[in-house]
Amino acid sequence: MNTGRAIKKIFLSQLGPIFALVFILGLFAIADNEWSSGNYLSARNFRVMMNSAALIAVPALGMTIIIIAAGIDLSAGTALTLCGTVLATQLKYAAVASGEPGFTWVVLQALGLTILTGCLCGFVNGSLISATKVVPFIVTLGTMTIFLGIGQIISRESTVYADDKNIPGWLGDFCYTGSNADRYLNFGFLPDVPNSVILTVILALGVALLLRYTVFGRNAFAIGSSESTARLCGVNVPLTIISVYTLAGFFVAIGGLLYYANVKNGNPSDGMGKELEIIAAVVLGGGSLSGGRGSILGTMVGALIITAIRSGCAQLSIPNTYTHIIIGGIIIIAVIVDQLRHGSPEWFFRMLPAKSDE
Amino acid sequence: MSHGSGVYDFRHLKNTTRSQSVPFPPPTAMTEPVLEVKGVSKSFGPTRALHHVGLSVRPGQVLALIGENGAGKSTLLKILSGAHRADSGSMKIEGKPFRPKGPHDTRQSGVAMIYQELNLAPELSVEDNVLLGQPGTGWGLLNRRLQRPRVLEALKTVGLDELNPKAMVGDQSVATQQMIEIARALAGEARIILFDEPTSSLPQKDVARLFEIINQLKSRGIGMVYISHFLEEVREIADRYSVLRDGENVGEGEISDVSDQEVVALMVGRDVSNLFPTTDHKPGKPWVVVDRIKGTPYPQNVSFQLRRGEVFGIAGLVGAGRTELLRSIFGLDHVVGGTVSIDSRRIRQSVRARMNSGFGFLSEDRKNEGLAQDLSLIDNITISKLDDYTNCGFLRLRKRDRAAERLMKQVRVKAHSGWQAVSELSGGNQQKVAIARILHQQSDILLMDEPTKGIDVGTKAEIYQMLGQLAAKGKTVVFVSSYLPELLAVCDRVGVMARGELREVRNACDWTEEEVMEAAIV
Repeated sequence: MNTGRAIKKIFLSQLGPIFALVFILGLFAIADNEWSSGNYLSARNFRVMMNSAALIAVPALGMTIIIIAAGIDLSAGTALTLCGTVLATQLKYAAVASGEPGFTWVVLQALGLTILTGCLCGFVNGSLISATKVVPFIVTLGTMTIFLGIGQIISRESTVYADDKNIPGWLGDFCYTGSNADRYLNFGFLPDVPNSVILTVILALGVALLLRYTVFGRNAFAIGSSESTARLCGVNVPLTIISVYTLAGFFVAIGGLLYYANVKNGNPSDGMGKELEIIAAVVLGGGSLSGGRGSILGTMVGALIITAIRSGCAQLSIPNTYTHIIIGGIIIIAVIVDQLRHGSPEWFFRMLPAKSDE
Repeated sequence: MSHGSGVYDFRHLKNTTRSQSVPFPPPTAMTEPVLEVKGVSKSFGPTRALHHVGLSVRPGQVLALIGENGAGKSTLLKILSGAHRADSGSMKIEGKPFRPKGPHDTRQSGVAMIYQELNLAPELSVEDNVLLGQPGTGWGLLNRRLQRPRVLEALKTVGLDELNPKAMVGDQSVATQQMIEIARALAGEARIILFDEPTSSLPQKDVARLFEIINQLKSRGIGMVYISHFLEEVREIADRYSVLRDGENVGEGEISDVSDQEVVALMVGRDVSNLFPTTDHKPGKPWVVVDRIKGTPYPQNVSFQLRRGEVFGIAGLVGAGRTELLRSIFGLDHVVGGTVSIDSRRIRQSVRARMNSGFGFLSEDRKNEGLAQDLSLIDNITISKLDDYTNCGFLRLRKRDRAAERLMKQVRVKAHSGWQAVSELSGGNQQKVAIARILHQQSDILLMDEPTKGIDVGTKAEIYQMLGQLAAKGKTVVFVSSYLPELLAVCDRVGVMARGELREVRNACDWTEEEVMEAAIV
């Protein structure tokens, strides 16, 4: 199969989520034109939407691998804000300010520590799951509150603000969505998209290649499809599971970095509930919670769907409470539609009138 | 819809039926059929699974439904159980039209299914399982005391008088669980029971018990449909037979009127002169030594040697430790003692190490362990050995796909593409994929646990031939089977296991089936 055809095939397999995204964008665009300011499809709103999507999408990359391997990570939300808090604390207590000599070293240390925190969170999850054989749902339910507690210890139960002079410029620009073209890293040929989006696309490509073209990727699919088969085929199941969760922890850390760049503070309890958004993005993109199925392109589209709805509701001044209901409803509908496309939807055909001769 | 005339036309049967008896005895001779299926057709997209299929079962009669994998038996069962709907045709139960919308409808109409895989709730008690799905005593309440007589009666009929109805189902043996399922069917006042390969997971002595109960059910006027791959069984228990091939009736009649050869010819559509074809091979020198290998609880200090170019059979009852022995040799199960060595080199106890030194393992549990059902054929064939296609950590998919497709041709898998999910294939074809995987590993010692379980006669013959060819190439095959005729016909030597021990090894020609059974039950 040549590359062009492969790409086309991947694209076609994700047609459902893409169609849903276009449909939702169209629906809100029309409603917005009719009853509101008509700003929904403006370049600025697009930048805002894509930036918020990136905040979900990056940790969702790791979640996609976990879900493919038939796991789940409920601790992703609090681990993410824990990483953000670690970064905020590091910058807050930095001895040197931006621009002074030695600052690069301080920032590098802070970044390293943030990523280490994320990977460590994932490593703890993965090790507990493969060592104790307790189901991932329970293990990560436990670590969810543990990570929250650790974050609160680090932040001394308050929100951590670092001085503006302690935040490196590039970090501040990461999630910038305003109209100052100088703050975009467009390499001279890209349109003005937030830097977070560029980072997300690069990471997504990396993970997509990892899943498709490496033994690790194949093993993750095999474990998700049938763990005992994978074991029988000589796959080192515990090691693969630990790697999957640790890698996911890396993406959670990058997610924490973006979160910090976006809100410029670190509050551990912000993370409660974020994991559900992340999981929803994977599921909307066609990931199956019973494992063996999921795609990076789908997850990206899933993240965009969530933010498109949220932004659309905001544009139309629909209260937050209703937005929650709409998003919840769409998740359930999307999964039903996906089941219709994939599994054997006998129950659906049963609703149709019976064909019989008598 | 085109062939849905609704009137059963069996003219096309007369050409192919070998039976001398009239396809349907005159209605005066017997009572009305308890189950009657006429002209049922079903297609899945372009695939025609059933075409104008008919069958009829009278009270107290056992009809054997025979056919290769993929012949349409399972589809027919699914239609009877309400899991699928027929595109056309009609079904009647005791003369009343029967059009099930789901399992609940089926049971209401007095039809019960006993599947190969048991459908019991292991965490519930025996009596709760027997009453599962029954209406309560009113207001949705469950009055166990009121229902107890019914439960006890049903249990007594299946010979479980001794069993405490409060005992947990999960603690019972497989055979007992199967009896409990039959008891559930009886408590639900089933008038027709469909058995789908009920003996495939039963030890020999429990098969006899099952047949006793089926005979009792016969005398109670219950009609039964019995699906099995074992012709000996069919002969023992069934009154009539009906053969399906490619979704069509190809023959039916009294079981006493046909020979095994004739039935097999009907199934595969051609004459099969030799049921156990092998390839000439000559065993060489011993090279693999299994020394006092011991697991918890099985195997128990098993030692034996394997020669190059040999097919070594292991017989024994289900639960004798044959599977555990193979798993221990392959490094899948934990062992507490013993060694495995090749050419007097000891091999570490881990799947990876054993695989690298040439062992390959075919699991008896194709569905859960042997294959990753959602993954494609290509993935399944290559997953255990990807290093040939790795380049700086990245896979060269095209090279891998070509290799997998070559193997698919070699083992003659019937599939429309290597990208298809394995779950879409029939049992026999799935088994070929599993075999393709150990061929792909280029294993020298193939440990095969029930490689012919649940697959049709035609494919079995292909597998026997393949085993012979592998041995001719100097490879060693360890062949575990519960089906003695194939073991004695295909293997060079046969060992018998009982209670985790390897009791006796002889050349296959020095064993008789009776002697093997004797060794297995002592």
